[in-house]
Amino acid sequence: MNEKILMKGNEALGEAAIIAGCRFYFGYPITPQNEVPAYMSRRLPQEGGTFLQAESELAAINMVYGASAAGARVMTSSSSPGISLKQEGLSYIAGAELPCVVVNIMRGGPGLGNIAGSQGDYFQSTRGGGNGDYRQLVLTPATVQEMADLTVLAFDLADEYRIAVLILGDGYLGQISEALVLPKPTGKVFEKPWALTGAKGRKPNKVASLRLVPETSLEELNLVLDEKYKKISAKECRSESYLTEDADYLLVAYGTSSRICREAVNELREEGIKAGLFRLITAWPFPAEALRIASAKAKKILTVEMSLGQMIEDVKLSVKDPERVDFYGRSGGMLPETDEIKRRIKAYGN
Amino acid sequence: METKTKDFKYVYDKPEALVDKVTHYCPGCGHGIVHKLLAEVIDELGVREKAIIVAPVGCSVLIYDYMNFDGCEASHGRAPAVATGLKRVNPDSIVVAYQGDGDLLAIGTGEAIHAANRGENITTIFINNAIYGMTGGQMAPTTMEKQITATTPYGRDPMDVGFPIRGCELLNTLERPVFIERCSIYDFKNTLKTKKAIKKGIKNQIEGRGYSFIEVLSTCPTNWGMKPQEAANWVKDTMVPYYPLGNFRDN
Ligand SMILES: Cc1ncc(C[n+]2csc(CCOP(=O)(O)OP(=O)(O)O)c2C)c(N)n1
Ligand code: SF4
Ligand SMILES: [Mg+2]
Repeated sequence: MNEKILMKGNEALGEAAIIAGCRFYFGYPITPQNEVPAYMSRRLPQEGGTFLQAESELAAINMVYGASAAGARVMTSSSSPGISLKQEGLSYIAGAELPCVVVNIMRGGPGLGNIAGSQGDYFQSTRGGGNGDYRQLVLTPATVQEMADLTVLAFDLADEYRIAVLILGDGYLGQISEALVLPKPTGKVFEKPWALTGAKGRKPNKVASLRLVPETSLEELNLVLDEKYKKISAKECRSESYLTEDADYLLVAYGTSSRICREAVNELREEGIKAGLFRLITAWPFPAEALRIASAKAKKILTVEMSLGQMIEDVKLSVKDPERVDFYGRSGGMLPETDEIKRRIKAYGN
Repeated sequence: METKTKDFKYVYDKPEALVDKVTHYCPGCGHGIVHKLLAEVIDELGVREKAIIVAPVGCSVLIYDYMNFDGCEASHGRAPAVATGLKRVNPDSIVVAYQGDGDLLAIGTGEAIHAANRGENITTIFINNAIYGMTGGQMAPTTMEKQITATTPYGRDPMDVGFPIRGCELLNTLERPVFIERCSIYDFKNTLKTKKAIKKGIKNQIEGRGYSFIEVLSTCPTNWGMKPQEAANWVKDTMVPYYPLGNFRDN
C-alpha cells in the first residue's frame, strides 16, 4: 500500500487515527474541521468503533477523558472557539495523566472571528489554556502527508507519556487536497495497568487529580509531571532545517505559513540570496537547540506567522543575539505573501 | 432466632464494596448514608469487580476513596460525559455517576440532560440537598423559595432567580430514560425505598436497559444551620411538598 491517493487534510487525519488504532471519537461540529467528524462518523462504525456527536465541546472533551480512563485510544477535534471550551478538560486530563489526541484546526479569532485558517492559538496550545502547572505535546503538520503521519505519531506519544497530544493545524491545511501515502500502523503496544477496567483480582484503580491532604501531596504530583515534561523536552523536539547551513537569512515558521516561507526561500535562492527555513514540527517542546544551530550564521531571522506574533517569543528565547529576530505576520484568516517575505529579506541588504 | 451469649451470629457486616474508613462528612449528612446504600447494592448484585464510580465536584468529591472499586474524578458538572466515555469503551462495566444538585442542575445541566436523552446505559444518583454544600452553603438550583443561604441572605426570591428546579420532572419529558424515581433518606422507611430504587437503577444497567435516574432528597445540617434531626424534619416538611417522592417512570 505505497500508492499515492488524493485526500483532504481533515480526512487524511481521520484515516490516520483509524490506522493508529483509534476506535473512539467524540466531537461537536465547527468549521473548518467538519470533515473530521463527518469522516469518523462514516468510518468508525465500519471498524467496530464508536462515533458520538457530543452536545458541546465541554461534553466531548470529558467523554474523551472517560474513554481514555477506560483505556481506549481516543480522539476529539475542533477549531479555535471549541478548543477554548476544552481547556478545563485538558487541565484535568493533564492532572490525571490520561493519554488522548486533540486536533485543533485553527480559525481566525478572537471570539467567533471567522472560519478561515489562522495560527492564533499558539499561545493557548503551548502555554496551556487551562488552569495549573501543566504541558501538552503540540505537533504542527504542514502538509496533508504530515497530517496523517503526525496523527499516527501522536497516538504513540500520548500513550508513551500519558499526555494529551495536540495536533495544531489550520483551516487551510484541513481543507486542502493533496496526494499522500497513507502511513502504516507502528505496531507499538502500551500496557495500561492504571485503566478503569474493573477491580477484578487487583486493587481498585482511581483516576483523579485532586490532592487535598499532605499525604497525597499535590506538589508531589507536580514534580512527577515536571519530570515527565523534562523527559519529553529532552527527547521529543522535532523540526526541519531547510537550506539553513549557509543561510544569511533565516525564516522561522510552522504549518501553512512554513509552506509559503519555503516557496520564498526557493525563489530567493534562485536569485542568489542565501535564505533558509527553520520549520517547527513540535511547538511544545520547542526545538530550541536545533533553532540555535540553524540560526548560528544568520544575519537576520524573520519569524512568519498567521497571527500578529506569538511563536516569535519562543524564537527570541532560543536564539543567540535575539535582536536579529524580526517579524512578519498576517491575521484574521489572511495569508502571508511570498513576495512580501522576499521584499523584506532583500530590504535587510548586506 | 436463637441467640446465645457466647455464640454470636454474624447478622450484619460492612459491605465489601465500602472501604473501612472514617468519612469526612458532617454528622447527619445524607451523603454517607447514600454511599452505604450504593455499596450494599453493588455487593448484593455482585458487580463490585465491574463497577466504576464517577465522582462529582461537591462534598462527595472523594466518594472514590470510600468505594472499594474503580473510581474516576470528573470536573464540576461533567460526570455524565465522563461516564459516557467510560461506558462506551467498556459496555460491561457498571458505571455510576454520583452528582450533587449544583453539579447536575446548574453547571452540568447540559451533560445531564443529554446523557439521559441518549439513554446512556448508566445509573445516575442525584443528591438534592437544596444547597452548595462544599463551598459553604450558597444557593443551589434546588434551593427552596425563601430559603436563606450564603448568597440569598434575604431568602430565595423566585421572581429574581427563578423557582427551584425539579430534576425528575425535567428528565421525565425525555423518551429514553427507563427509570426515574425521587426518594429520600430522612427516615428509615424512605432510606429503604432509596436503596430499592438504587438497586433497580443498577439492575437496569446490568440488563442493558438504559438510563436510570435516582434523585435523593438529602440533608446538609451544616449549611442549613440545623441539628441532624431538624434537618431530617426539614426535608420532610419543606422539601417533600415541593419535590414529591415517588416513581416517575419504570419501563
Ligand atoms: C468549574 C468550577 N466551578 C466552581 C467550583 C467550586 N465548587 C466546588 S463544589 C461546588 C458546589 C457543589 O454543590 P453541589 O453540587 O450541590 O454538591 P454538595 O456539596 O451540595 O453535595 C462548587 C461551586 C469548582 N470546583 N469548579
Ligand atoms: S457540608 Fe453539608 S453536604 Fe457537605 S458534608 Fe457537611 S452536611 Fe454533608
Ligand atoms: Mg448540593
